[in-house]
Amino acid sequence: MSVDIVKPGRFGRFGGQFVPETLMFALNELEYSYRKFSADDRFKAEFNGYLRSYAGRETPLTFCKNISKDLGCRVYLKREDLLHGGAHKINNTLGQVLLAKYMGKERIIAETGAGQHGVATAIAGALLRIPVEIYMGEKDCERQKLNVFRMELLGAKVHPVGSGTKTLKDATNEAMRDWVASVMNTHYVIGSVVGPHPFPEMVRDFQSVIGNETKRQVMQAEGRLPDAAVACVGGGSNAIGMFHPFISDPVRLIGVEAGGKGNTPGQHGAALCKGEPGVLHGALSYLLQDENGQISETDSISAGLDYPGVGPEHSMLKDAGRVDYRMAGDDNVLKAFAYLSKKEGIIPALESAHAVSYLMDNSSEFEKDDIVVVCLSGRGDKDVARVAELSEAI
Amino acid sequence: MGRIEKAFEKPAFIGYMVAGDPDIERSKTVASAIIGGGADIIEIGIPFTDPVADGPVIQRADTRALSAGAVPSSAFEITRDIRRYSDVPVVIFTYINPIIKAGFDSFYAGAKESGADAVLIVDMPFEEADEAQAAAGKHGLDQIFLVSITTSEERMKKIAEKASGFVYLISALGTTGQRDQIPQEALELVAKAKKIFDIPVVVGFGISGPGNARRLIDSGADGVVVGSAIVSAIEDNMDSAEGIGDSIRKLVNEIKSGIDS
Repeated sequence: MSVDIVKPGRFGRFGGQFVPETLMFALNELEYSYRKFSADDRFKAEFNGYLRSYAGRETPLTFCKNISKDLGCRVYLKREDLLHGGAHKINNTLGQVLLAKYMGKERIIAETGAGQHGVATAIAGALLRIPVEIYMGEKDCERQKLNVFRMELLGAKVHPVGSGTKTLKDATNEAMRDWVASVMNTHYVIGSVVGPHPFPEMVRDFQSVIGNETKRQVMQAEGRLPDAAVACVGGGSNAIGMFHPFISDPVRLIGVEAGGKGNTPGQHGAALCKGEPGVLHGALSYLLQDENGQISETDSISAGLDYPGVGPEHSMLKDAGRVDYRMAGDDNVLKAFAYLSKKEGIIPALESAHAVSYLMDNSSEFEKDDIVVVCLSGRGDKDVARVAELSEAI
Repeated sequence: MGRIEKAFEKPAFIGYMVAGDPDIERSKTVASAIIGGGADIIEIGIPFTDPVADGPVIQRADTRALSAGAVPSSAFEITRDIRRYSDVPVVIFTYINPIIKAGFDSFYAGAKESGADAVLIVDMPFEEADEAQAAAGKHGLDQIFLVSITTSEERMKKIAEKASGFVYLISALGTTGQRDQIPQEALELVAKAKKIFDIPVVVGFGISGPGNARRLIDSGADGVVVGSAIVSAIEDNMDSAEGIGDSIRKLVNEIKSGIDS
């Protein structure tokens, strides 16, 4: 298997730094600072202290006896939904906002889709006393009103983005435009393993705590490695965090993308399953685009997966055949949302319900004694109102 | 002497437009008005869905052009139209993804065949430029690079090794769009760049009128780029193709006279 990084900032042929010249200074500064502080004992102690006593790590690995019986394999959930803020996003935002403080930055900006990354950034900003401004598509502000309110309550300023698709892609465009103008005093906290180098590597490192804990916990519970790990993939940060520590192990890795309403371009968010390599937001990676290289519109019931790109490391893992990328459609995701709620008393985020949906629909791929870990990247509180509306509409 | 080199015998006015804004036919009128107004070089932008380096004015132009059905090769169509009546150098200005999709060799071959002189890729720093440079070299086109206020002297020297035609200085932090004043940093950047580059140095982003254009030329710049001001003239005259042409000719002429005097 060839998953070697051929040059710094690249994952195979993917990744790189496709940004306007103005930002190269910031990327070089960020890379230098990240290398310096991620090896610094004081930084590490402070970061790990926040993860433990503020965010709530480590998170449990829950054996699900009811769905294990139902699906015919041993199912564990990695409970990132129990973290402060309700999702895995805080692993990354605490790391990046703390890094920004060490770098002497005075202001934080971020993009958000479902609002989870925005909330997690606002939380870190409030804790570490640094002003936060969040860009969020108008369509997403509507879909995730509660998260807009939470961000404001946490002291962040939310800028609704009305250009283009009014979703995560355009929120990211607007955040990048802000950064080009404010680069001297501002750090841009990218919320996933996307964007120009060093973001994909740095965010992966902050999220790898998910897979590292899982490995230790499953060894303790079962005395062996799992047979498979499953995670949803939008930009792909919870998935890479789960997968990275298992890359060299004999563990099947499955990433589940947004199948949306169907296979027609514009109806889904499945960059790896349906896209082709291209550059969006600073990195070469699989991308949903048309025959002229224009970026396609996307659709998903989950705002967090409603994005035409994906992290470059996933693109490398796809081409290397190391990770199996699949899709789950909106209808099946809603079934999984209800299924996990009823069977285990755990309401998953719609994003995470994609991973559950894969397992529901493909349980025949596993034997009775197979251990399957599903990354439950977030909790479903933010989605309850939306799902209730949809249920009424049916 | 090449067309671009010749354009810099005097301070050069470089006019920017988006291919297909507000539609393909009227954008040919826009090109002829920019040239008719006295532009020494014309930059033709390929509209893109996600123009992160551009401010609202050029974003709207991209949206209009894409809605009107513009594709990357529309920039070549407009270049071919220009070549029927003018030898003014043409620079194709684009984000990198449409080129990756078309393939570097095929894109640069198309640009050359249409009569273009150079290509500028706004989201491609020199570190990522190997393929573009190889294609530019093969097809005899100049590869234009950007330099920003945040670019160190060390980076400038590396860019100087790769750049040909001219080098494009970004006058201010932020996206494209008109600004009232030329920041002091821009004037300092011109002075620094003039020492490092032996090709002409032009300044763009935020130049809106003859006053600030003149100031940049006086500080040593070899040319100025005007984009958003031209695109705004299209927006202000959407009901009349004649109005678009007249207002652009007038705007270009006014700034051109300012830098010539």
